[in-house]
Amino acid sequence: MNDNNINAQPDREELNSGMKKENINRISGYSNTKATLALAKASFRSIIRSPSAVVFTLAFPLIFILVFGFLGGGGTHIDIGISPGSDLKNPVIVMLEKTGMIRLVKDKSKKDFAKLLEKGNVDAMIDVHRKVNSVAYSVNVVYTSASMDKGNILKSVLNNLFYDKNLKPSIAEIKESTIHGREYKTIDFILPGQLGFSLLSTGVFGTAFVFLSLRQTLVIKRFFATPVKRSSIVIGEGIARIGFALIGALFIIVLGNLFFGFTLVHGAITVVNMLVLATLGVIVFMGFGFIISGIAKNESMVPPISNIVTLPQFLLSGTFFSIEAFPKWLQPISRALPLTYLNDAMRKVAFEGLNLWDVKFQIMILVIWGIGIYAVAVKVFKWE
Amino acid sequence: METKKAIISVKNLVKKYDDFVAVQDLSFDVYENEIFGLLGPNGAGKTTTLEIIETLRAKTSGEIIVDGFSVDKQAHEIKQIIGVQLQAAGYYPNLNLIELIELFAGLYGANIKPMEMLEKVNLQDKAKAKYKALSGGQKQRFSIATTLINQPKIIFLDEPTTGLDPQARRNLWDLITEIRSNGTTVVITTHYMDEAEQLCDRVAFVERGQIIALDTPDNLIDKLVSSGFERKKEVKKANLEDVFINLTGKEWRE
Ligand SMILES: Nc1ncnc2c1ncn2[C@@H]1O[C@H](COP(=O)(O)OP(=O)(O)O)[C@@H](O)[C@H]1O
Ligand SMILES: [Mg+2]
Repeated sequence: MNDNNINAQPDREELNSGMKKENINRISGYSNTKATLALAKASFRSIIRSPSAVVFTLAFPLIFILVFGFLGGGGTHIDIGISPGSDLKNPVIVMLEKTGMIRLVKDKSKKDFAKLLEKGNVDAMIDVHRKVNSVAYSVNVVYTSASMDKGNILKSVLNNLFYDKNLKPSIAEIKESTIHGREYKTIDFILPGQLGFSLLSTGVFGTAFVFLSLRQTLVIKRFFATPVKRSSIVIGEGIARIGFALIGALFIIVLGNLFFGFTLVHGAITVVNMLVLATLGVIVFMGFGFIISGIAKNESMVPPISNIVTLPQFLLSGTFFSIEAFPKWLQPISRALPLTYLNDAMRKVAFEGLNLWDVKFQIMILVIWGIGIYAVAVKVFKWE
Repeated sequence: METKKAIISVKNLVKKYDDFVAVQDLSFDVYENEIFGLLGPNGAGKTTTLEIIETLRAKTSGEIIVDGFSVDKQAHEIKQIIGVQLQAAGYYPNLNLIELIELFAGLYGANIKPMEMLEKVNLQDKAKAKYKALSGGQKQRFSIATTLINQPKIIFLDEPTTGLDPQARRNLWDLITEIRSNGTTVVITTHYMDEAEQLCDRVAFVERGQIIALDTPDNLIDKLVSSGFERKKEVKKANLEDVFINLTGKEWRE
């Protein structure tokens, strides 16, 4: 009869009205943006319900921050800048060099030293020269309020030298002064490092796991049976991942600031700058995730491959220790890793109050890494 | 006899996986608003054929038109008017059924009320459940719900009843019949003959990538009978499955 006529069932009002609506949709065209946002929303929901994402992005870094926040202090080195033009071949400097905990920083201009001193990157400046018409030396020390505790250690070291029998005749006087600087706390070093590592792990592990599992469980295949574009799938996932990473970053920064006095030189503007850097970082790191999801044959292969990417950066990118503390032969490796530059830029922005343009070099290195990684990702990524 | 309009037309379809020919020279039409069955043993090439029509796999050669659109050039248009249930698809992890339907609504660009979609397949009570926590029959019903989101002209169901108990199978038959009566064309694969006989208007038998018979179940049976075939055993008025259904009831039970 009329069973071929789709509009011949008056008792199906609900469906018929649905069909009319849908016809209007078809005419008005398909929206890629809507599809992308639907995916971003779904992915975001999925991420915040996945325990591993929350642990890696929030719990892990927070634990480290807590531990180091309470541990405080830590560093046993005292960095002393030697004024340009200071006499190097004198008993005071020689004695200082013998004390194991003191590191002498030479070959910097007066201007550089002034900055380093203000930030507490060097703990004091010393200038030694022979007094006019005398065999004795005059020692001029400048401490900084940015590193008062280390300055005090140095003070007692110098006092000991002053009263040392052997040295006594050659030291005429010690002049001391203190400049005002910003205190560089352990948290100011640790927090950006932890933040960087949080971004690295969520970018790498999260992306690799999600795309591998979506591929293997044929979720992506089902998506392909809808009009959605591939780019929408990638961008939707990216939006969710970045959104989650930024919320995590904000949480870490605010908590660090409120409870451990993490320095944010320009307040909210500094936070925004840090979040911009975080976005760039997580995009670059997601590239590793895409590559890993393409080369891993199953889920159990994801952690070992991801660790190959994340562990060296965890250890060598200045997450816990300044890379200057590493042996010389290791430093070039550190300086090749993208996390090094993210950490560096974060610290400069947060503590030194630099803006994004000032850290353009670090940003450029990250962008170069990003281009390289995505060039590989496009080759090895698998949809099916 | 009324002339029927073909909504899917497959001509000389060939699919090779390297040297292996999975589908060889397949041709058939699916008429508007019918339930069309592709029947055949495992490995016959049913899934391959469906997924080529659904624009999910590339064909080696042949021509396929779906509602006037060519699979080669108009895949995007085809995807908007079809609903697809894959033989083994998963769903986005950690989301409940309502959220999954919302996701698909976004992917299709459809304005629907998620709860209404779940009601259509009698899963409204499971709205907050995760897909993984559903029984086999519920999973299949949910999959069918996702195929209906864009109000498709054609839906493809790949072995929707495999592995289900008799009640769940019958529920699904009712659901599929209802979807058809709402104006949708249904293409279904199965290897249960009783199911095809009950459900399908026409069936194609596929074997080693070729169609060996295509007609209504009635005609195919009549042809066989007229050729002098007789069943060995006297046919009883009921079979064991009827007994089972009679004893255990036919209600939705998951
Ligand atoms: N991706 C593939 N690569 C190689 N061979 C395949 C692939 N998919 C299916 N086949 C082969 O093609 C044949 C038909 O498979 P399929 O279409 O899944 O059959 P059916 O759905 O009827 O069980 C089988 O022999 C199968 O092994
Ligand atoms: Mg199959």
